[in-house]
Formats: sequence, C-alpha cells, structure tokens
Amino acid sequence: MHLMYFTEQPMSAYDSQEGLKFGATALTFSNKHFDPVAGSRLYNEYLEQYVLAEDVGVDGIMLNEHHNAPFCMQAKANVFASALAAVTKRVKIVMLGNPLPLAEDPIRLAEELAMIDMISKGRLVSGFVRGGGQEQLATGVNPAYNRERFEEAHDLIVKAWTQPGPFRWEGTHYQNRVVNPWAVPMQKPYPRVWIPGVVSRETIIWAAKQRYPYIALNTSIEATKQIWKTYDEAALEAGYVSGPENRGYLARIHVAETEEKALQNARQFMWMQGEFTGLAHPVWSSPSGYFSPSQRRNFVEFASGRSVSPRGRPSFEQQVADGMIMAGTPKQILPRVRTLLQETRPGIMAIWGNDGNVTHEDAKTCIRLLGQEVMPAIREMAKEFDLKSPFEVDAPVGLAYSKDLKKVAAE
Amino acid sequence: MTVAWTESTIEIAGTKLHVRRAGKGPVALVLHRDSGTPDRTAFHDGLAATHDVIVPDHPGWGKSQRAEWMRSVRDIAVMYRTLLAKLGVEKASLVGLGFGGWIAAEMASMAPRDLRSLALVGAMGIKPPEGYILDQALVSYIEYARAGFHSDASFAAAYGAEPTTDQLEQWDICREMSFRVAWKPYMYSQTLPHLLDGVTAPSLVIWGESDKVVPASAGRVYATALKGARFEMVKEAGHCVDLEQPAALSKLLATLA
Repeated sequence: MHLMYFTEQPMSAYDSQEGLKFGATALTFSNKHFDPVAGSRLYNEYLEQYVLAEDVGVDGIMLNEHHNAPFCMQAKANVFASALAAVTKRVKIVMLGNPLPLAEDPIRLAEELAMIDMISKGRLVSGFVRGGGQEQLATGVNPAYNRERFEEAHDLIVKAWTQPGPFRWEGTHYQNRVVNPWAVPMQKPYPRVWIPGVVSRETIIWAAKQRYPYIALNTSIEATKQIWKTYDEAALEAGYVSGPENRGYLARIHVAETEEKALQNARQFMWMQGEFTGLAHPVWSSPSGYFSPSQRRNFVEFASGRSVSPRGRPSFEQQVADGMIMAGTPKQILPRVRTLLQETRPGIMAIWGNDGNVTHEDAKTCIRLLGQEVMPAIREMAKEFDLKSPFEVDAPVGLAYSKDLKKVAAE
Repeated sequence: MTVAWTESTIEIAGTKLHVRRAGKGPVALVLHRDSGTPDRTAFHDGLAATHDVIVPDHPGWGKSQRAEWMRSVRDIAVMYRTLLAKLGVEKASLVGLGFGGWIAAEMASMAPRDLRSLALVGAMGIKPPEGYILDQALVSYIEYARAGFHSDASFAAAYGAEPTTDQLEQWDICREMSFRVAWKPYMYSQTLPHLLDGVTAPSLVIWGESDKVVPASAGRVYATALKGARFEMVKEAGHCVDLEQPAALSKLLATLA
C-alpha cells in the first residue's frame, strides 16, 4: 500500500461573504480578494505540513493544480514539486497532476519534470490530467481539442523521456522541430504516471490501455466499483489482469484528538459553499467540446438547470453518514477505511486531511495522527487484504514495458 | 405567399453540406450566425421573392457534416467558394449574419471580382476598436441567445420563452464548432481588415442598434475598409436583425440590388 498526504492548499484567507455576494467563487471571482501576505504565510505553512508528513511516515505527497479560484492555491504544481524535491528526502512527489492540454509546449513540462526527478533523486510520480473546464477558460486553451491535446502531449513527453534526441515532432496540435531536452528523468524507462479522475469513462479506459494506475477522486463506493469494472475490462482487452496496483483512491479523512474537534474541523471540507471547486456557472466546468459527445444531452440539461447536478449537493451530515467524509479520532474512522479497502481494493491511497480554515496547528495534529496511528493501521489492513502498490509488485511503468501480456478477449 | 424550399446535400471538400434553396433571380448566399439558423425564416422567405436564395448549414452546424480537419473560418469561406463553383454561380450576392458575416467578408476578400454585392449584418471577424465580442464561453446557452435580441418578446417569438432541450443541444454543438474554428483570437481575424482592400462591389454594413454581441465599432471598421460600403443602423434590433426586424432588413438589402 502506498499512502499519501493531500491538501488542495486552500486560499482560505478571503472573505467568503464576498463570494456569496458575487455568486461565484471561481474563474471570474476577482483576484482583488487575494491577499499575497496571507498567501505567503499559507504557502509556507503548507510546505511545513508536507515536511511533517514525511517525518511522520507518509509514503508520498500528492500535489495538484488549479487556476483562478480560492479552493486551490497551486497555480503551478511543478513549483511546489520543485520545492519538495529539495526539502524532502524520502517521500514520493506525486503530481496528480499536470494538466497537459494547458501546455502550449509539452517539452517544457518534460524538462521541468525531468529536473524535479533528478533533484529529488528519482522520487517523482508524474500524473497527468485533462484539467477541468474552468482551467481551459482561465488559461485560454481551446476546450474543443482538450482530449486530443492530452493524448498528443502525453505521447510527445513519453517519447522525449525514452528516445534520444534530437527528433522532430509534427503532430496535430504540437509541432516541435528540434526535440532534444538536456534534462531527462533519472527513473527508467520513465517516472511512473498515474491518472486521477472522477467521471470520465474515456479517461478510465485510456489509463487502463496505457497500464497507468487510475486514482478515483473521492467517488462513492458504488461509483468506484463501477470505475474498476470499466478499468478491469479495458485491461483484459489490452492483455493484462489489473489488480490493486492499478487502483488508487482519494479519501477525505480528518482526524483529531477528540471526535468533537474532528467533526468541527471536517466541516471545513464544505467551506467552498459546499462545492468541491467552489460556486461556478455550470457551463464553465464543461465548455462545449470538453465533454464526450455521448454526454451532451445530460450535460445541457444539467447546465440549464433542467436536471440536478450529477454530483448533487449532499449536506455535511449526509456525507459523514455515507462515508464520503470520515472524521473522528483515529480509532473511530478506521472501521470506515476498512470497509472502503475491502470493497474497492486500492493499492494506492491518498488522504485529503485538511481543507478550508483548519488552523495550522490542527492541520499538523491531523497529519501527526494520520502518520502515527491511521496509516500504520491501514498498512496492516493492506497486508490482510493483499493490497500492494505498484512499487511493491514492481509493476511495469506502462503497457509497452509489460512482460506478461496475453490477448484475452473481453467478455 | 408560400415559398417552396428544396433541400439537398452537396459534398464539398469531402464534407456533406446541407443546403436549402428557393426563389428566382440573382443568387443570394445567406450565411447564418454562430448559433445556427432556424430551417426557414420570414427573412429567408422575403428574400426569395426577388432572389435565388441559397442557405447552407455551415460544416459541422445543423444538418451539415463536421469536417474534423477544419480549423479556421477561412476554411469555411473556401468551402463556400467551392460550393458556388459547383453550383455554377458566377456572381453571388453574399448576405452574412453575425458569424456568417465574417465568412462572407473572407469570401469577398478572396475573389473580389466574383461578387455581386456584400451585406454584413452585425458581422464578427474584426476586432472591435471599442468593446469586445461577447464571450459565449462564460454564459449559458439561453443567456447567449437572449443577448442577441433587442427585446425578450422577439427572443420568445424566435425560440420560445423556454427553448426546448433539443434546441439547447443544438446550441451546444454550434458552440463547440465556433470554438473549433474561432477560439483564439475569439471570433475575429487579425489579417482580415487588410485583406478587404480589393473589395469594390456595392456593400452594406448593417447593425442592430442594440447589438450586445458584436459592438458596432467593428461595423465602422468594416464600413471604412470596404470601399463601396454604406453603414446603416436598424432601430429596435439586437444582433439578430433578420429575426427581429426582417422587413427593415429586406428594405435595406433592396437598395443594394
């Protein structure tokens, strides 16, 4: 089992009433509400929390990237990854991930990631994402070519990492006449690539076909099982049998010394007015062309308020009852985790411990308890259920590096 | 008066285009907005009284096939040049509505001698010196469509007060196509104003007085760049002049003939 610590790095130091007044806390919510003095304090607190996480025994630090919104302060995940490469010694630096379509030049990403891998002495896990709809609008990237750019940028980066330059790339969305970066990853054949996601069936199938682990982002147990069904079928079709080493899960777990304190802090998971990524216009999250055409009808119904959000807006109490938020003392939350592991069998797990206005001190307490009490117990459960990470089973980095491929017809 | 419209499919550049046609007289090619076109409108019918009217669905819009390779508005303009050639039309009058006005202007710049007249109605395609072209990526389908009208009543008359989900789905497809060909710069070309230099045919630049989609300042640039152009403002009309004031628009177009 590979256990990671995660936080969205909330920019909580703004007046949430302003967001309510404006009616949105994303994309066009003015950055005049961003206080860089508070920003500096928060960045440094998050850095301190990551170092503590390493000290108390986590295996990895999970990083992500978002734009134009207070729910996540990382405008460039590679900047934090670079800092962690220098100040940590042991943990994996797990990017989940770099939004590939936003890159006008994927080779620059390939260089940055290679540098992070070398500075960290081979500790990079280089996850990739398509980026949410809002990210395309915030960076002026055409949402209609999002998936094509994702796949082409991935192919270009992997080629730059695995084949000696110079070579020429004449693609549909990227043309690079001299690809020859003088920075290549230390890990061979290339750093592990994990793909996080929440709804898109195409991405699950793509990840399975690449033999990249898929990380389900806080989906319900039922939805998670459905994801693994899709993944496992695509894996069989690609010629291998997938297992826990292909499965990751991000859980929201806040622990404290007392149940009361934990529940109080866990309410901060609702701080963005109860939405994951803040209040936003539904057309921002899925600009036309971003979604699969098979979802068009569902999407326009949702975007025009003619159907409910596919995610819904369950209350805090409901989410605690459903296990979508786990909060309590370490002892109290472990049975919930056990059910999750038993039902969905991941070999990789990220714990989203703190959000919103949880204080620096309480965040550190949570991290200490996670490292010292929760994670050792999860490791025992993982042994019992035989849930091994890609590192433990030395899984191939990608399909092309598999030695066990069989052509098995999918049922 | 009942106008008999025929519908056909014509393959251009490997792409099946859906084309409606009616009327007798000189050919008028009517190019629709970014949000597509109703099958037939009072404006279409009126124009067919004096013209041989051709109304294609842009490639990827409405009933026309999508060309996966298509990347620019200039690509569409070349396809329509090919369409006119295939139909044996020597000189067409081009009537471009909004986004279709951009296509019409590109077509005019390519072959200025093959042009009978040019009418641009709230045309996109030029960076407005004042204001911006409304960014539909930030607003809902209905908000964007509603912004095209001077009054809510004319919006409701065109699409219904609550447009159907089928209509919303169509608008989503239109939006995706607009993004595919005109994402950046959004809805204009930086080179087009220079390339209009050769166009000498009689031209009309028409703007709805309360166009909230394309600022009228862009129309002034068109009217200056086109040598034979006149600028006309239509009262009580927004971006969709043809849907909101069809009679006034027809009257103006008649002065071109």
